[in-house]
Amino acid sequence: MSAETTAETGTEFSTGPGLEPRAAEGEAPPGIGPYRLAARRLRRNKVALAFGALFVLIVILCMLAPVYSHDIAHTGPNSEHVTDQVRVNGKLKDVIAGTGKNIGTPINPTWFSAHGRFVLGADDNGRDNAVRLLYGGRNSLEIGGVATLITMILAILLGTMAGFFRGFADGVISRILDVIWAYPAVLLGIALGTALALGGVNLGLFKLHGNSLMVPAVIIGIVYIPYVAKPIRGQVLSLREKEFVDAARVQGFGSFRIIFSEILPNLASTILVFIPLILANAILLEAGLSYLGAGVQDPNPSWGTMISDSLPRLTSSPHLVFAPSIMLVLCVLGINVFGDGVRDALDPRAKVRLEH
Amino acid sequence: MGRFIVRRLGSMAIVLVAISILTFLIFQAIPNGDPAVRIAGRHADPATIRDVRKTWGFDKPIYVQYVKTMGKIFDGSVISYTQSLNVEDEIKRDFPVTLSLALGAGLLWLFMGIVFGVISALFAGRWTDRALTVLSLIGISTPVFVIAALMLYFLAFKWSIFPNGDYVKLTDDPVQWANHLIMPWTALSLLFIGFYSRVLRSNILDTINEDYVRTARAKGLTERRVIVRHVVRNSLIPIISLWGLDFAAIIGGGAIITEKAFNLPGVGAFAANSIGQLDVPPVLVVTMFGAFFVVLLQTVVDVLYALLDPRIRLTA
Repeated sequence: MSAETTAETGTEFSTGPGLEPRAAEGEAPPGIGPYRLAARRLRRNKVALAFGALFVLIVILCMLAPVYSHDIAHTGPNSEHVTDQVRVNGKLKDVIAGTGKNIGTPINPTWFSAHGRFVLGADDNGRDNAVRLLYGGRNSLEIGGVATLITMILAILLGTMAGFFRGFADGVISRILDVIWAYPAVLLGIALGTALALGGVNLGLFKLHGNSLMVPAVIIGIVYIPYVAKPIRGQVLSLREKEFVDAARVQGFGSFRIIFSEILPNLASTILVFIPLILANAILLEAGLSYLGAGVQDPNPSWGTMISDSLPRLTSSPHLVFAPSIMLVLCVLGINVFGDGVRDALDPRAKVRLEH
Repeated sequence: MGRFIVRRLGSMAIVLVAISILTFLIFQAIPNGDPAVRIAGRHADPATIRDVRKTWGFDKPIYVQYVKTMGKIFDGSVISYTQSLNVEDEIKRDFPVTLSLALGAGLLWLFMGIVFGVISALFAGRWTDRALTVLSLIGISTPVFVIAALMLYFLAFKWSIFPNGDYVKLTDDPVQWANHLIMPWTALSLLFIGFYSRVLRSNILDTINEDYVRTARAKGLTERRVIVRHVVRNSLIPIISLWGLDFAAIIGGGAIITEKAFNLPGVGAFAANSIGQLDVPPVLVVTMFGAFFVVLLQTVVDVLYALLDPRIRLTA
């Protein structure tokens, strides 16, 4: 094992720090910006691009849920067809078996034999599984996206303030971050989730209804703040001692101008690396909370609720559990592999990681 | 060192108090969550509810209730609202389950994480490394309850290799104990194996370029000795500290989903059930218990780091 072997590795599938093909930097013409260079490295990483495309495909499919529901399946995500029948290959079949030894069992996947109805079967309430799968994905992705936005904005704000102003502000912010960090994440999630699902929030301007999708989004957004804010604080602590910050200060720039024009641009690559990491974990935590009944509330679907609702049917209708499971894993895997590629492209030696 | 530990214990106490207040407030904020109504039962008349409110002290101001509850936590006499059972007894009963789960899974993920991480780093860039990288990314991307569903469907239901969930006490039947825990151990470990092998891999690849490794090679040590004694040993330190923190989180009720998926009556499952019943005292105790382990292990890890590496100076 020597330095040569590490240098020649990972040309198309570089995944870890220290594995970036050094040659790429040598080839770059002088004067090329770091982000152009990163984009060039990322373009070369075909595996990361493929998984990124997979994620985009899932997002597009889920965003098209209303189209599928209206034009192909002809039913909504929450419409129940318990006593209905559907024509499969010309023969009428119960959506929920009403007679025989399988009484009460929902219809199995019809694939393409029922003109787009119940393609992936129905659940116990006679709801179209494929429609719910897409709507559930839309909810999971929306919650993940909003949660990531909340985490990133608050973490950048808190981390920068703590690192830049130090002293009292740092003390207060760091203690708050410590409390959130030491609070067992899933316990905090289900405690808040159960409390808010029952009562909603009403803080004057900020109002949330109990079964709103934004309840889990806000909870998840809060839970992940310390994981981003702490590294940002550390980076700002060292950035504020740099010469260019001194230079800005002697020119008479105020604190906020220094933060916006000198500090934040230098945090950009860290922020870019954290976004996919937080997004993937937010989607996973949403699924976990929904699995425990503290996330998305009935009748709204989400991949996590669909899995937990279908567990009693695991042995008789396993597809009800495995369809949302596969979507969830593919979606998160797509984000993770692509995010890995972004990290390698931006800073081959970076060591960013989400502890939990 | 002594001063550091004292200051750290001080901030530990502050964090724990803040967490307890937060938990208390979350449950106070629930509308329709009046504990007196829950204790008195669904169809109780107003007089009974008033009685309950008086005997349990729910008519007192919230800070008095908080101080009283915290006092009870310390002398071990907290009673749950819904079951009227002693919470600390319940936790004592459930803790062996969580500990069995955490110990087995912890050792498994540490061992497998190290094995895969070392192999991955030694074959960096070749197909072994790529296959392991893909596997670890899949491990990181798959939630525990999906792994649990797959295992329960195939290994327990279809092929009947392992029992379908539930827990057997170690003291009752050690073989059945392990047999019932193999699936939960594996399911809980996969995520961590993925994380640890990737962290170790990048640590090793960083260490391999250090000067002291070149020195070790230059003085003629065998490659095997260089890797084991110099590279892997130094790369393991961050892994061990990570392990401490993750283990603390699992012990403190962090394995809720695993316990629920495999029907294990552990501390996490106890907390999840109590939250569902809006039962504040058990949630408060379990949360404090979990946070205590996390904060404590963090302090221990920091101190150990300073002992192992004299370059680190301890400032609280």
